[in-house]
Amino acid sequence: MTTVNITVNGQQYSHEVEPRLLLVHYLRDVLGMTGTHVGCDTSQCGACTVHIDGVAVKSCTVLAVQADGSRITTIEGLATDGQLHPLQEGFWEKHGLQCGFCTPGMIMSAADLLKRNPNPSEEEIRLGLEGNICRCTGYHNIVRAVQYAAEKMKVNA
Amino acid sequence: MATQMIGASIKRVEDPRFITGKGLYTDDIQLPGMTYAVFVRSPHAHAKINSLNISAAKAMPGVTAIYTGEDMKKAGIGGPICGWSLPGLKLPAHPPMAVDRVRYVGEPIAVVLASDPYTAQDAAEAVEVDYDPLPAVADPKQAHGGPTIHDEAPDNIAFDWSIGDQAKTDAAFASAHKTVRLDLVNNRLIPNALEPRAAIARVEPTGDITLWLTSQNPHIHRLLMAAFMLNIPEQKFRVIAPDVGGGFGSKIFVYAEEVVMVWAAMQSKRPVKWTSTRRESYIADAHGRDHVTEAEMAFDADGHITGLRVKTWAGMGAYLSTFATAVPTYLYGTLLSGQYPIPAIYCNTLGVFTNTVMVDAYRGAGRPEATYVVERLVDLGAYELGLDPAEIRRRNLIPPDQFPFQTQVALQYDSGNYAATLDKALEKLGYGDLRAEQEAARQQGRYIGIGFSTAIEACGLAPSAVVGSLGAGAGQWESALVRVHPTGKISVQTGSHSHGQGHETTFAQIVADGLGVPLEDVLIQHGDTAQSPFGYGTYGSRSAAVGGSAIAVSVKKLQDKIKRIAAHLLEAAPEDIDYAEGKATVRGAPERFKTFGEVALQAYLAHNYPTDIEPGLEATTFFDPTNFTFPYCVHIAVVEVDGGTGQVEVKRYIAVDDVGNIINPMIVAGQIHGGVAQGIGQALYESAVYDENGQLVTGSMMDYAVPKARYIPMIETDQTITPAPQNPLGVKGVGEIGAIASPAAIANAVVDALKHLGVTHIDMPITVQKVYAAIHADA
Ligand code: FES
Ligand code: FES
Repeated sequence: MTTVNITVNGQQYSHEVEPRLLLVHYLRDVLGMTGTHVGCDTSQCGACTVHIDGVAVKSCTVLAVQADGSRITTIEGLATDGQLHPLQEGFWEKHGLQCGFCTPGMIMSAADLLKRNPNPSEEEIRLGLEGNICRCTGYHNIVRAVQYAAEKMKVNA
Repeated sequence: MATQMIGASIKRVEDPRFITGKGLYTDDIQLPGMTYAVFVRSPHAHAKINSLNISAAKAMPGVTAIYTGEDMKKAGIGGPICGWSLPGLKLPAHPPMAVDRVRYVGEPIAVVLASDPYTAQDAAEAVEVDYDPLPAVADPKQAHGGPTIHDEAPDNIAFDWSIGDQAKTDAAFASAHKTVRLDLVNNRLIPNALEPRAAIARVEPTGDITLWLTSQNPHIHRLLMAAFMLNIPEQKFRVIAPDVGGGFGSKIFVYAEEVVMVWAAMQSKRPVKWTSTRRESYIADAHGRDHVTEAEMAFDADGHITGLRVKTWAGMGAYLSTFATAVPTYLYGTLLSGQYPIPAIYCNTLGVFTNTVMVDAYRGAGRPEATYVVERLVDLGAYELGLDPAEIRRRNLIPPDQFPFQTQVALQYDSGNYAATLDKALEKLGYGDLRAEQEAARQQGRYIGIGFSTAIEACGLAPSAVVGSLGAGAGQWESALVRVHPTGKISVQTGSHSHGQGHETTFAQIVADGLGVPLEDVLIQHGDTAQSPFGYGTYGSRSAAVGGSAIAVSVKKLQDKIKRIAAHLLEAAPEDIDYAEGKATVRGAPERFKTFGEVALQAYLAHNYPTDIEPGLEATTFFDPTNFTFPYCVHIAVVEVDGGTGQVEVKRYIAVDDVGNIINPMIVAGQIHGGVAQGIGQALYESAVYDENGQLVTGSMMDYAVPKARYIPMIETDQTITPAPQNPLGVKGVGEIGAIASPAAIANAVVDALKHLGVTHIDMPITVQKVYAAIHADA
């Protein structure tokens, strides 16, 4: 067992964990933050995407011990002061989700994408979401949701 | 003045919880004292089990129990059953866990329970099994007469089913001006709902059992498991399907794992949870399609289709899954008339056991396979006859004055104006210009292709009497309980189930309109057998047409009751009351009215109340329509094939669909997008590949190509609307049409791009390698 100190959505946690515990399982099973999902076991689907120190990472490919000392944001921590993030709003406005299972990871990846490229073309959005699979929407409305958020963030900026 | 809800693109009511990470899926649930299950599965496609040694695993710290197939056999627990019978069907036993023989890679043999999932995984790996491998076969046609999988079916044929008139069809071919033939494979697919299957079972202090399950139809799960497998009283068994992360058919069926979970919870006296890994889901969830087909179409000199003859070997997998037998028969053979009045059709389907995981309904289920056969043959006919693919379709479409139209393969199409849909799609595409562009591009060595799919589906599965007469072991109506509370707020229990379709929104729209109340006053609840009346659940694009209609009928009953209560309060005759926009008004006296809220309260107080009406304000409906519904469409794909690499790019995708009336256009378009994307996946990328030993080669998401964003284009949707005559909403259903139509559109487009090179067919998935090989066939 190893002790980890991890800040999740602004709150600090300290736990004894097995060295092999995946970060995604730490978030889901230890902290009970089940918004981060597990859709595969080969790092393909992106449902588990969170931000570690501000960068989108697939939390199924990281051990909890590797995240020791880092600041993590999950989907539960994306809205600020009860205000939806423009991407959350965009996914709602543009029907960017159906079953919702890919959605947290999609939104976290898209947030990273927009940070790096606030003005992405359709092509760049599609490439930027390369690491995230959605089986329901055919991506059409996910692209529109990201475009909506990009627009909105431009106005707000 | 209330705004009209039906027909409006209302933002989804369910979304706030999903976009903030507050959805509650089965695997999100943690129960005190819960143990975690991991299955020991066969690594062999076909083998005799010589011995099974669990002692090392059992001794590992944290392991609480291990159960084997033998344990369940001794306890008399049955395995998954097939719910659709066919004449002469062979129905070998399907044990929940294998006892002395395994028949596919992934077949469960034992289950390990431990205090945490990592320990359970370690212990499962410590279970020792000694096998004697047997010859295996995975291809449906090779399995016909191949190594015997079940003694009951020595040649592996589970059923031999036919529809249509063989003699008439043979005669049509004998007198045909032109015939075309295609040997094709409808590639085997893995559904890949993004949420893996999961189940949690708990024995309550009362002895009742609760099962949380990734299910599209919790009542069917409860019924089949209680009555046929576990022998527990239905009323003491509660199945809850909480938020479910997609299904596409794969979560309809009763699987061994969930039966095992309930039994293991009963045995171990602790809650147990099983969550599938993705790799596990590839070898444990039912796959789709898997047809090998020989098909021929006959034409007269004008290009009219005069006959269709089809023979299909349909892979069933090692056992018959819940609806497996219906898919390549009544959901396939009956759809072979397409949108055309084909005068002679004959189809023979052999359902074949193979050493693979089970095959059952996957989005479209039989209808994409039928559409693919018909639409590929029509294109081939056009090519042979020198006709334009749009023109040959136009010549053959059933004219609008022929409805209801009786096909030669049992169905009676409800309504439609097929030519109008074709016109709209061609206009949206700009067809004439595009053909010129195609020609010009070809001169420059660029290969553009235009592919059509004029598809029809039979959906809104129902009516019960018909499906019953065809072998279904279930009815196909749907239930709705609309309950008005004393405060005028409304909750609705539907037997239908949403796993992405947006019922909480569309169903609320129906109620809000019908009762003239704000949308937020209506709560749609589903997925819990302890709450809602028995319902058949969601598949076959049936939720709106059957489940939505049940709600609409309940709303109508409530309107009638409201009028009677209001008439009493207003001292008027019920016939003289109009109910609209939440007000019951005496006709001709707009100042004399009672609001919905006043009536609701009075229904519960019953102080000043008609003596001939019961108090309370709720209505239950079991809606059983008189026919299937028949959505149809014209889809057109434009592709560009890179002659150098064989790469196919989908440049445009036009989808003009007629799904009847539309409740929420935004949601309807979303269903089309998703369906089309899955069809593009089938056409270009996806295939479950088994090797000659029955090993699944595409055994992980790394090897099986679920399309990512950059492989799917924007989908240009539009619609024509011919209301469905057989339900009060006039809706036809939209869940599957995208997946039904699109594989043929894409395949036809690729062949169209390459036809000047003599290419007439490429089997799906149309991969770079296959296209390259087809282009360079002569080289
Ligand atoms: S669960 Fe992490 S990528 Fe799929
Ligand atoms: S919304 Fe279901 S997987 Fe994306």
